[in-house]
Amino acid sequence: MGQIEKFPQPHRPAPDAAAHKLVVIGNGMAAGRLLEEFFARNTTPARVTLFGAEPRVNYNRIMLSPVLSGEKSFNDIVIHDDAWYAAHSVDLRRGEAVVAIDRAAKYVETAGGDRVSYDKLVIATGSMPFIIPVPGANLPGVVSFRDLDDVEKMHAACDAGGHAVVIGGGLLGLEAAAGLAVKGMKVSVVHLMPHLMERQLDPSAGYLLKNAIAARGIDVFTEANTDAILGDDRVTGVKLKDGRVLPADLVVMAVGIRPNATLAKAAGLDTNRGVIVDDLMRTSDADIYAVGECVEHRGQTYGLVAPLYDMAKTLAAELAGEKPAGFVPAATSTKLKVTGIDLFSVGDFSDDDENNEVVLRDPSRGVYKRVILRDEKVVGAVLYGDTADGAWYFDLLKKGEDVSAIRDMLIFGQAYQGGSPMDPTAAVAALPDDAEICGCNGVNKGAIVKAIQSGLTTLDEVRANTKASASCGQCAGKVDLLLAATLGDTFQAARKHMCKCTDLTHEEVRGFIREKQLKSLPAVMQELGWKSSGGCPSCQPALNYYLIATWPGEYRDDYQARFINERVHANIQKDGTYSVVPRMWGGVTTPDELRVIADLADRYKLMVKVTGGQRIDLLGVKKADLPAVWAQLLNAGMVSGFAYAKGLRTVKTCVGKDWCRFGTQDSTGLGIKLEKLMCGSWTPAKVKLAVSGCPRNCAEATIKDIGVICVDSGYDIHVSGAAGLHVRATDLLGHVETEEEALEVCAAILQAYREQSAYLERVYKWVDKFGLENLRKLIFEDHDARKGLYERFMISQRAARKDPWAERAAGKDMHEFMPLAVLGPKSPVAAE
Amino acid sequence: MEEKTYWFDVGRVSAVPLRGARTVRTPSREIAVFRTASNDIFALENKCPHKGGPLSEGIVHGRKVACPLHNWIINLEDGEATGADHGCAKKFPVKIERGHIYIDMGVLAPAE
Ligand code: SRM
Ligand SMILES: Cc1cc2nc3c(=O)[nH]c(=O)nc-3n(C[C@H](O)[C@H](O)[C@H](O)COP(=O)(O)OP(=O)(O)OC[C@H]3O[C@@H](n4cnc5c(N)ncnc54)[C@H](O)[C@@H]3O)c2cc1C
Ligand code: SF4
Ligand code: FES
Repeated sequence: MGQIEKFPQPHRPAPDAAAHKLVVIGNGMAAGRLLEEFFARNTTPARVTLFGAEPRVNYNRIMLSPVLSGEKSFNDIVIHDDAWYAAHSVDLRRGEAVVAIDRAAKYVETAGGDRVSYDKLVIATGSMPFIIPVPGANLPGVVSFRDLDDVEKMHAACDAGGHAVVIGGGLLGLEAAAGLAVKGMKVSVVHLMPHLMERQLDPSAGYLLKNAIAARGIDVFTEANTDAILGDDRVTGVKLKDGRVLPADLVVMAVGIRPNATLAKAAGLDTNRGVIVDDLMRTSDADIYAVGECVEHRGQTYGLVAPLYDMAKTLAAELAGEKPAGFVPAATSTKLKVTGIDLFSVGDFSDDDENNEVVLRDPSRGVYKRVILRDEKVVGAVLYGDTADGAWYFDLLKKGEDVSAIRDMLIFGQAYQGGSPMDPTAAVAALPDDAEICGCNGVNKGAIVKAIQSGLTTLDEVRANTKASASCGQCAGKVDLLLAATLGDTFQAARKHMCKCTDLTHEEVRGFIREKQLKSLPAVMQELGWKSSGGCPSCQPALNYYLIATWPGEYRDDYQARFINERVHANIQKDGTYSVVPRMWGGVTTPDELRVIADLADRYKLMVKVTGGQRIDLLGVKKADLPAVWAQLLNAGMVSGFAYAKGLRTVKTCVGKDWCRFGTQDSTGLGIKLEKLMCGSWTPAKVKLAVSGCPRNCAEATIKDIGVICVDSGYDIHVSGAAGLHVRATDLLGHVETEEEALEVCAAILQAYREQSAYLERVYKWVDKFGLENLRKLIFEDHDARKGLYERFMISQRAARKDPWAERAAGKDMHEFMPLAVLGPKSPVAAE
Repeated sequence: MEEKTYWFDVGRVSAVPLRGARTVRTPSREIAVFRTASNDIFALENKCPHKGGPLSEGIVHGRKVACPLHNWIINLEDGEATGADHGCAKKFPVKIERGHIYIDMGVLAPAE
């Protein structure tokens, strides 16, 4: 939104005493524009009285942000100076608030008791900042961001220095935060939603914005709910719902606005959220109009000036007797006014459906562009980092043009239009030799083609030789195309893309997550150039796992990215009920456990089934009953068996040397210890173990992911078994002598698998890729490597070893288990 | 013919997790209320056109949900299965007012 021009107006003859009396309440942006538009029409002379609660002339409220940061002064943002009011014979009553409207007698009354009568009245009282009703909200030091007084209070706080907490990470909050940071405050932003400016931006742009804000030294707390504002006689801090306390000498509340309809409501006009107006800005009283943020029009309220200016134009024409067509709300675009941050959004950006969107990400430049289409028309755009084409997209949106002909090139912007479309390989082949392919490492096409011609045949080789695609990986697809174009038929793309959202393989994505320290789904998607805006059901769970495995304790599990079973910690059945499988450590149970299971089965009418994994399955539990069923199992000391998890399932055992005449070691005991060591761990695919007491192998250890066979001299460690879709006997990996070593070795193998395998690959597939011999060396010869793996496993277990059933029986995620609403046959029908 | 609408307040938008769903029980059927990453709300009968899987339990991505039973992908806007699969889950009109979700049950009236 640009600076508003101050345009000089011709001197108007003073209206005589008989002229029409027009009274305007509120001297804000809408009122100012209304008067300009009205005088420009220069028709019916009117005596205008203008009441402004603020003790000053009309100014550009939008520009308060640069005033706060010191980039502008108040004088720079004045729209109408005293001379303007004089020239138009407007009686400006600055600093005088109207407190009542008498519609019958047709006058308004001011705080000072003055009565001024009107023929026509315009209400332009704007809106009021919303103050969240938490304890301490009215302490000195808590301010809103709405007018010059607020800015002056903030400037005074900046002079004293210290900490500022801005509550609200929308447009206004971020402009306040940036301004305060420029003025030397240590600023934190507290935002309720998962990403900043969620009303204007999608998560990817929100992620980039958060980085840019953080780069200004501002701490951003998302998903943070304010609990209280602390302090006795003035603010000292802000307490969040999760218990954290942020120190604060100044608190800025910027959580939203509310139409200021108090006066209108008291006067008995129709109001809802705002003063209700029709298309001609008429209220329910024929002589009273309303304009600006105080109105509600067709159920909608407003917070940006563009539509208010349209309203002002309509109302001016109406007041001038022109019979205008009426106000029509139009799409508005948003820009954040923080120097150095380029961001643009318009229209409906919510259609995050990979078929209806075009996404371009340039991680090396921090650019993200997304254009949303419906029926081949542009309906929205989100641009970050490069907003040059914002106006062009906005224009396409407004015109509603069919863009199918230019869809392929649409995302590159206006400058790239007009070329003829080619297939992607031909397009890459047609590039000049000096065209840059890898932006991160500055590698051009010529260098890559030369390298390929010198004998390289795979992406990995090209990457190792030229560095192309070695950093963000986003150009891997293009390098692939260059390989295909250069090698022709001899090139077979052996690479398996993780999913259609990326050209990278699982292994590459894992590598980049580590190297580039990516710690959230939006971070991965932006930095690795995801082709969709939000991922798909195949990459979401995979990324969630990689993040958990790479950043144990630090990454916040994203439950919505998980398959239902892992989200609610039970197995969904074909009829929508669930099965519940508690742990039976090593396959051993007790009469007490069995009694509880029997009681539960009676009470909830459940099927009781012994599983193939040596434990008991309770089938047919309704979702809403899950927490209660778990609570009763917990009472008997039972915990989740993770039968639903890409994680540790069962450790099967045989009775072992305590009972069996052939048993060589305590196989049951070792199985229980293994299960306790590994339980709760998330893994790329499910993991099953077994411990047999002798080579007769009654626990079927040779068809498990990791199997232990006890022998007289110790323990043989096997890997890579399976008995599902593929039946595969294990391979012997090595031998250890003590139980401690057996535990450490098994945990180290599991951790290597957790760190390296692609999502959904069972252990045997990973070992096939990694090499059995390499694994043997890693675990049995490289002592430090094995210790390191074991330690990392224990660190990740510290975060993972919580019983999810206990957490949920205690109330966590209750929303998962309760319907949003239950409508009975007699539920009230909302009148409409 | 005048269309009748029956708008029911089923609760707050914020009570439905982003990229998630909650259910609404009615005497005759269960409705799944979805909230997408970009805060759009949709309501479909909670019954997959394939074999009746509970769509509310699927992974929400974009304006689609993947059925938890056999991974059919259902379009939230119209309830239609996408790709090679065919079938449709009943769709209910939704509106948001003051942070509350209203579902129009009027579409059921003729069927009942
Ligand atoms: C309950 C149980 C069958 C039973 O009644 O005994 C079972 C039930 C299911 N198995 Fe199994 N498997 C069960 C033991 C097995 C075994 C035997 C074992 O663990 O010793 C195997 C072969 C061993 C193996 O995994 O290598 C087994 C190989 C599979 C497979 C094939 C895996 C593969 O990689 O080839 C699947 C499919 C999958 O995971 O994608 C599968 C999938 C399933 C699922 C999860 C199907 C699904 O996605 O809904 C079933 C869940 C039912 C439920 O809700 O509880 N189940 N499944 C067994 C639970 C064991 C436990 O206590 O946790
Ligand atoms: C810091 C900041 C940055 C912004 N940036 C942008 C932006 O970049 N782009 C954009 O489009 N919009 C922006 N806005 C929003 C924009 O300023 C508002 O949409 C616009 O000011 C609303 O105009 P209005 O006339 O309806 O209300 P206001 O401008 O708020 O004017 C209402 C006036 O009425 C007065 N008043 C209220 N009650 C009474 C009474 N009883 N008697 C007398 N006077 C009364 C108030 O004191 C106030 O001066 C920003 C707002 C702020 C605060
Ligand atoms: S074998 Fe496993 S997956 Fe197949 S029906 Fe039985 S329990 Fe289900
Ligand atoms: S029931 Fe939904 S995909 Fe089969």
